Amino acid sequence: MAEKTLMKGNEALAEGAIRAGCRFFAGYPITPQNEVPEYMSWRLPQVGGAFVQAESEVSAINMIYGAGATGVRCMTSSSSPGISLKQEGISYCAGADLPVFIGNVMRGGPGLGNIAGAQGDYWQATRGGGHGDYRVFVMAPNSVNEMANFPRKCFEVSFKYRIPSMVLADGIIGQMMEPVEFEHPEIDPKTFPEPDWALGVAAGRGKRIVKSYDLKEGGVEIMVNERVKRYNQIEANEVMYEEKMLEDAEVAIVAYGTSARIGAAAMKMAREKGLKVGLFRPITLWPFPKARITELSKRIKKFVAVEMSLGQMVEDVQLAINGRADVYLHAKPGASIITAEEVYKTLENIVKKGAKEYAAAK
Amino acid sequence: MYQGIRISGFGGQGVISAGVLLAYTGMSEGKEVSFFPAYGAEMRGGTANCSVVVSSEEVAAPIVSAPDTAIVLNEPSLAKFEPLVKPGGLLIVNTSLINSKPTRKDIRILNVPCNEIASQLGNGKVMNMVALGAFAAATGAVSIEAIAKALPKVYKKLKPEVIELNVQALKKGAGFKLN
Repeated sequence: MAEKTLMKGNEALAEGAIRAGCRFFAGYPITPQNEVPEYMSWRLPQVGGAFVQAESEVSAINMIYGAGATGVRCMTSSSSPGISLKQEGISYCAGADLPVFIGNVMRGGPGLGNIAGAQGDYWQATRGGGHGDYRVFVMAPNSVNEMANFPRKCFEVSFKYRIPSMVLADGIIGQMMEPVEFEHPEIDPKTFPEPDWALGVAAGRGKRIVKSYDLKEGGVEIMVNERVKRYNQIEANEVMYEEKMLEDAEVAIVAYGTSARIGAAAMKMAREKGLKVGLFRPITLWPFPKARITELSKRIKKFVAVEMSLGQMVEDVQLAINGRADVYLHAKPGASIITAEEVYKTLENIVKKGAKEYAAAK
Repeated sequence: MYQGIRISGFGGQGVISAGVLLAYTGMSEGKEVSFFPAYGAEMRGGTANCSVVVSSEEVAAPIVSAPDTAIVLNEPSLAKFEPLVKPGGLLIVNTSLINSKPTRKDIRILNVPCNEIASQLGNGKVMNMVALGAFAAATGAVSIEAIAKALPKVYKKLKPEVIELNVQALKKGAGFKLN
């Protein structure tokens, strides 16, 4: 077993990306993700990589577009308002099939919002905040250890399927410190074969073009449909989730990231009081583990989404359940903290009183 | 075992340093730990606080909303965190800077004049270690020896004599017992 180190979530995300072969980072400061570029600024030169503090978020994502087009493992990161600024570039990366990696350490919104941890960017991350038909592979860590280890998975999926990937964390995961254990040895990107689409020195090979447009009639339709085949493969092969105490559960909490930690604490309180509560944690938000939730809804008849937002993921839960079970919501917007005690009270009310006031809007 | 801790005081009192050290110590003793700083648009002279969990099981919520122990190092922190302590929990009060008396009867109170002891040791800055020593002795969540071992690993730039001073402060703090 590798030695455990105590790391901050943001630093773990940066180190995890470097260990996964990331050699280019461009970003622009914003709380609560500042430790990512700070860490990259001194660490990347140590491994022969390059760090750029761009003049804006828009520049940073377009630098990533350029680096990604050469086949290098590259990353940008920001927090909610900054990720909004990057959306055009993310759409272009998706349209050009570029395997770029993006970190979003969410804060309160909309607008400038505040700098506390929140989960209000679920729709933006999973529905595409930019224009056009596209998907981004989205992973939601719920610990510093997962911050450290998810960049590797994101790069793997990105390069295998040529899709942008994102770690969707929140300010709490970004700022907290926990023990970290890197599950894989460090990757030397020099050992990667050059992708057959990557731009670079063309001598001795045919011309390669990276672009997100095709003005021929029907051209973009063909491009998008080719991409959809890969999206379907990702949905079939790359879904990840975690389950706790669902075997005999009558109520299932559904939560990701920090909310899943709070949900787990509430579940424990409920179990101590004899309530049969379990927890389902989506790890990939796109692809969302809908097939598994569908299956669970044949047996479990009450689902409670817990979210640090107005309730966004709850809609994916409802789509997966499709009326087979009751869906409730415990949500808080504005980056306010949800406590385990509050969630426990909601659970108790749902179990004992059938509490209609928690029912999610249909 | 499970200890959810809140440490709070003025910025500059070593609230965050003490929290990181405590989390690292717990980890080095094979416990599950988490550390979360209240970060914000902080200003000099403002308040700082952090949550630390040291547990034998996986840590669920990293933000400690109902602490087993609250360590309050200044007056505003007493007002903010005394009401949150779990019934039967522990409140460590830095009586050097806090004149108000805690009002709750359902928690244990440990009064420690952290600044005075630190000054007697020759450096007021180690007042956070006095408080941490009192915490370790009163709860047994981590040992003084383990904190002393963790110190040079967490704060690598500290000179040996400064480490020694911090260890003395831990031991002085550990001398304060609950009635």
